[in-house]
Amino acid sequence: MLIPCPHCGARDHAEFAYSGDAGLSRPAPDAADSVWLDYVYQRNNASGDHVELWHHIYGCRQYIAVSRNLRTHEISGAQFASKPRAES
Amino acid sequence: MNGQAFRRAGGQIIDRTKPLRFRFDGKPYEGFAGDTLASALMANGVRLLGRSFKYHRPRGLMAIGSDEPNALITVRRDGNTEPNTRATMIELYDGLEATSQNAWPSLRFDLGAVSNAVSPMIPAGFYYKTFMGPTRHAWMFYEALIRRAAGLGFASREPDASSYSKMNAHAEVVIVGAGEAGLREAHAAGQTGVRVILIDEAAQPGGWLLRERDHSSIAPLIAAVREMPNVTILSRTTAFGVYDGLQVAAVERIQDHLPIVNARAPRQRLWLIRAQRIVLAAGAIEQPLLFEGNDRPGVMMAGAARGYINQFGAAPGSRVVIATNNDTGYQTAFDFAAAGLPVTAILDARDAAPEPLADEARALNIAVVARASIQRTVYSGALRGVVADVAGKSAQYDCDVVAMSGGWAPAVHLSTHLGGKPAFEETRGMFLPAALPSGISCVGAMTGEGLPKMSVAASSAERAFVDFQNDVTIKDVKLAHREGYRSVEHLKRYTTLGMGTDQGKTANIAGLSTMAALTGQPIAATGTTTFRPPYTPVSIGALGGLETGEHLRPLRRTPIQDWHEANGGLMAVSGLWKRPKGYPKPGEDILAAQIREARMVREAVGIVDVSTLGKIEVQGPDAAEFLDRIYCSPVKNLKIGRSRYGVMLREDGVVMDDGTLARLGANHYYVTTTTAQAAKVLAHMEYHAQVTWPELRVSIISVSDQFGAIAVAGPQSQRLLARLAGADAFDDATFPYPSLKSISFGGVEVRVLRASYSGERAYELHVPAAYALSLWEALLEAGAKPYGVEAMAILRIEKGHVAGPEIDGRTTPADLGLAKLVRMDKEFIGRRMLQRPGIADASRPSLVGLAPVDEASRIRSGAQITLTDVGKSAPMIGHVTSSCFSPVKGHPIALALISNAAEMRDKIVFARYPLRNETVAVRVVSAVFYDAEGARLHV
Amino acid sequence: MHILLLLLSMTSRYSAFRLFREALSAQKGWTPAWADAEPKSGYDAIIIGGGGHGLATAYYLAKLHGLRNVAVLEKGWIGGGNTGRNTTIIRSNYLLPQNAQFYEHCLKLWENLSLDLNFNVMFSQRGVLNLANSDAQMDAYARRGNAMRLSGIDSELLERDQVRRMVPHMDFSERARFPIYGGLLQKRGGTARHDAVAWGYARAASAFGVDIIQKCEVTGFRMADGRITGVETTRGFIGAERVGMAVAGHTSQVAAMAGLKLPIESQVLQAFVSEALKPFLDTVVTFGAGHFYISQSDKGGLVFGGDLDFYNSYASRGNMPMVEDVASAAMSLFPSLGPLRLLRSWGGIMDMTMDGSPIIGLTPVDNLYLNGGWCYGGFKATPGSGWVFAHTIATGTPHPLNAPFSLDRFETGRLIDDKGSGPYPWLH
Repeated sequence: MLIPCPHCGARDHAEFAYSGDAGLSRPAPDAADSVWLDYVYQRNNASGDHVELWHHIYGCRQYIAVSRNLRTHEISGAQFASKPRAES
Repeated sequence: MNGQAFRRAGGQIIDRTKPLRFRFDGKPYEGFAGDTLASALMANGVRLLGRSFKYHRPRGLMAIGSDEPNALITVRRDGNTEPNTRATMIELYDGLEATSQNAWPSLRFDLGAVSNAVSPMIPAGFYYKTFMGPTRHAWMFYEALIRRAAGLGFASREPDASSYSKMNAHAEVVIVGAGEAGLREAHAAGQTGVRVILIDEAAQPGGWLLRERDHSSIAPLIAAVREMPNVTILSRTTAFGVYDGLQVAAVERIQDHLPIVNARAPRQRLWLIRAQRIVLAAGAIEQPLLFEGNDRPGVMMAGAARGYINQFGAAPGSRVVIATNNDTGYQTAFDFAAAGLPVTAILDARDAAPEPLADEARALNIAVVARASIQRTVYSGALRGVVADVAGKSAQYDCDVVAMSGGWAPAVHLSTHLGGKPAFEETRGMFLPAALPSGISCVGAMTGEGLPKMSVAASSAERAFVDFQNDVTIKDVKLAHREGYRSVEHLKRYTTLGMGTDQGKTANIAGLSTMAALTGQPIAATGTTTFRPPYTPVSIGALGGLETGEHLRPLRRTPIQDWHEANGGLMAVSGLWKRPKGYPKPGEDILAAQIREARMVREAVGIVDVSTLGKIEVQGPDAAEFLDRIYCSPVKNLKIGRSRYGVMLREDGVVMDDGTLARLGANHYYVTTTTAQAAKVLAHMEYHAQVTWPELRVSIISVSDQFGAIAVAGPQSQRLLARLAGADAFDDATFPYPSLKSISFGGVEVRVLRASYSGERAYELHVPAAYALSLWEALLEAGAKPYGVEAMAILRIEKGHVAGPEIDGRTTPADLGLAKLVRMDKEFIGRRMLQRPGIADASRPSLVGLAPVDEASRIRSGAQITLTDVGKSAPMIGHVTSSCFSPVKGHPIALALISNAAEMRDKIVFARYPLRNETVAVRVVSAVFYDAEGARLHV
Repeated sequence: MHILLLLLSMTSRYSAFRLFREALSAQKGWTPAWADAEPKSGYDAIIIGGGGHGLATAYYLAKLHGLRNVAVLEKGWIGGGNTGRNTTIIRSNYLLPQNAQFYEHCLKLWENLSLDLNFNVMFSQRGVLNLANSDAQMDAYARRGNAMRLSGIDSELLERDQVRRMVPHMDFSERARFPIYGGLLQKRGGTARHDAVAWGYARAASAFGVDIIQKCEVTGFRMADGRITGVETTRGFIGAERVGMAVAGHTSQVAAMAGLKLPIESQVLQAFVSEALKPFLDTVVTFGAGHFYISQSDKGGLVFGGDLDFYNSYASRGNMPMVEDVASAAMSLFPSLGPLRLLRSWGGIMDMTMDGSPIIGLTPVDNLYLNGGWCYGGFKATPGSGWVFAHTIATGTPHPLNAPFSLDRFETGRLIDDKGSGPYPWLH
């Protein structure tokens, strides 16, 4: 797969470390147990479009939020995870 | 020697001025440059090339290319031995040595052929129905026999004598197949000026056209493409897979056609090519006809037969019967006739022979018989003829070659690797590439272009072979149907159809058509099995490349590595590093050395290379806030110039790592990680800085490689260092424990951490990597002696400091006796999950020390702790994590994790090591064996 | 009458005698191994998923719990998922007691499975050898081996020389990046013929009257009062008193139809087989430092694999970086492998849980049961998984063997993290 790193350009996915669902946001310390359980453990894991983090460990070391289809592996977009990102 | 009795005129590829000698099963033969092993053996009249997998039936050449199912040969010897190579793909070279496979004692007289005699008893899947008793171990007995009978060639045990390489390439257009369609595509794309790579598995471009009697028409096109500077032609290269991002993977055979493989140059090269567009021009594969004995040596594909004549001037035999269900068979007849080889008849399965082809044949005195299909072959030691059904009547035809054409199946394989699904086109009778992913297109015969309509006649011949290599017959397909294995995947798996080294290139269509006929379902509904890479088998060497042996993983080296290796360091693997276990003196073993080194640190001073520690700079206005959230231990109140021990958790509350934190400035921290977790901790910090709290102004950078690190430990450490950098610098008043100070060593600024792993007064010198060795040597000159990681382990076990065996990814701070460090009054990673009942449970194993009741008894790491020393099995309450002989205690000691640790204190339990039949009675004691008050830090 | 029944039962049994007799009639007397059933309007229990686990569950429901009005619904063809796409390794050499006890139960069922099913699943106890490449790894294996022995499971710790005698053609030279220090051997471990397991269970379950329904995809659950009343399928609604899910690779999707969100991510794992060779390797070898494992099938192919591709996927295919890495490790462990050829590669969808251990038990929906999250280790669990799942479905209560593998362990913190990798599924 070629991941379009917004900093480095298109790079082979072997340069990156996959880092999970990009849609997670860390709950407030006092959020309900179920919210924390959801954050730490539960995943939609839906087949189809997926926004996920790839850490460019052999490049700019940025976490990239990549939109990728899990059935076709087609990548439709990528942006820095640290920037506000569209809801998936 | 001069035996090429079946060499005829013609042969556009071979060079008759260059004879080559070769051996097959030890017997000498001669061929010509340009031959393949297959064509050379054919020219020498060798018809028997191998034995089939299951029934050991004699087999000859079936095809001319990589689809060959029968002629599997072992070439070369020793570390170059290559089993299972298709004779059709071996270019002849002088001195080639080839041996047949799967036959004993000889290819001609093979005892394994007894399985052919009992074949009625061993149909498809017979092994699922027997070998089950009388006892449940029966299979182990039968399996040993079956394994010996199965398999094809022998693999050498000698290390591979070849080398391999890899090439990454980029091209706007990658074309697979240099037949006419591929060449035209290359020419057109080349004219636009973009980078084009044309991949072809043959030695030279031209594809099937090279197998025509006259292929001069293609020469100008080949020449034109060759002249284009932006077009790269990769010959002898097989594109075996298409991967995500339009990546074509191909293997180039660089030296396989050369007499001597130069081990210093690559034998094969893996190409990984990124394309903007992939054009597949992979052609089509001729399919067999189904009749009794269609596997006999002498029965071959019609297209292959004419290929041998036209390309190599090699005659498959002296008298041929053509059996066909399409027009292409006629061309074979014409080529035989042109080579002066008599054609007994063309048996055309169709109702009427096609005009004007039939006329043309008759003009050559070739009998054309319509509504004719072979029923069986007549074979006794050699092919004698065929019996055919001609419009309902039986007729016999003499021949020693049958050239058959069951039609042509597009080679759709590569079109499916990225999810394309071939669709069966009823009107053409063939599977065509469909549902192609964007960026991939197909041209030429692969799209059915120029191919005759295909029809597979259902055969009533029970012993017609469908899969030649794996000996799957019509009867087996019927059995699978009878027993309910009707899905194509069940058919494949139950009968092994299509699972040979040819991956069913000549078997799948016949197999699924037969099944479709049996179920009464259309072929479209029956479908095909999934094609997966590789298209043809690929050497593991080419895939692995140069990253083997010592290069399997990078070796990380500290700046002091050379010194350790040159000065008696006993090096051992530690993750990606190799570190000195210790420095045994002559005559001293490592156990004695590590005890001596540990004593030296306790009593005087020693130095150890700790450059492998992870080192991270954290800077920014929010650095303090950030680290406070990363570590479960307190951070914010750390004063500038001070340091402290820190622990961080994963979000699930489990300890991730520990290390030292030092504050260099208001907005500047320097933290260390353990050797093993350095990369993970860096990624963890980056994740939370970028993803979790992007609003925090913090910057994180690894300086692990920029700094070497040397720990100077022992009561004399201060004195030693004072000699090098002045006593003032190490005055306890200005440099107390624990803190950090930048100190100049001969003009080089060194970050000195007053931290201790050993429990003694100690300093960690973090020095710019380029000066690390000089500093190390200066310390030695000042009188220090080195110690290794084993002594370091003794020192930390005596102190009850946890390390990798305790921080094993399952332990919480409380488990490790670190609960008091955790600040529940602040927010940090892992805080919430620490509060779950299963984590807070007091019965969780936690850290204790163990001392043997009999002081002579060794406690081994990995021992399990039980309450009893009797019984083979017993409930376990914990395990020994780390152990050593303690020089300060004078007996073995250990750290362990055990349940209900507080209640177990001072009790006697058993460290059991059934793997060595050892049981040691041990007393549960404090994990801190030495200097519990920490006084030694200040001595 | 009894004699007639006996004769009838003999004719449907598999044996060498029967093969011989059938040889006289061109093997034409065989009947379908399992009946290809049409769905009925309702069942006492429906198992979703016709892989090894689902079929085994149905078999044990019928055999041990007397529940015979049971259907197995398979969206494609039985055994077509991960049952037929794995490297067939069977072992019970786990560190944590919950895993060791469960997998040992599985192993004991394996040892008797061919006779039990009257279908040769070719369970070959050729041994599983885990290589150690450092002192620390030797200690870790010792810990595991000692725990196994004290749990009554066979295990041996081998020194370097003993390993060398077993598999002399591995790299014992100075050139090895990760020298072989020794290894942990479980002699009772080995391999089995994966497809045969699905077929054998299907045949045996079918003989008990279980309906095996292929090409029947579940598209939804029908629920009333918090209970399942049946499933919607591509072949219409089918009523059910209780439903068990055993759909490795698609667990999250099927569970989502019932409104459940699971601690699972699905990733690709590739596996590889070489061309067939005469006997080359008589045991299963794992090479942890190189992330590699290998065995040789009875047909002669070297079956090997490595790490996950490390990204979520439902595409059943992987990519080149992992292919190259696995080949490098293969050549490093066996320096003679280079000239041999890779014949086939494939990718399976692994339901990776957040602690690397499976989930077998109850769900928040009363009569819906979950069996999934097998990561890349589901094949060896097949018999035991079906056995405990049948118990759970039949009694409504988990068996002590699967009680620790509950879905709520993530909530309580009683995790079963054999590898110690934490809630990062791609690291397990």
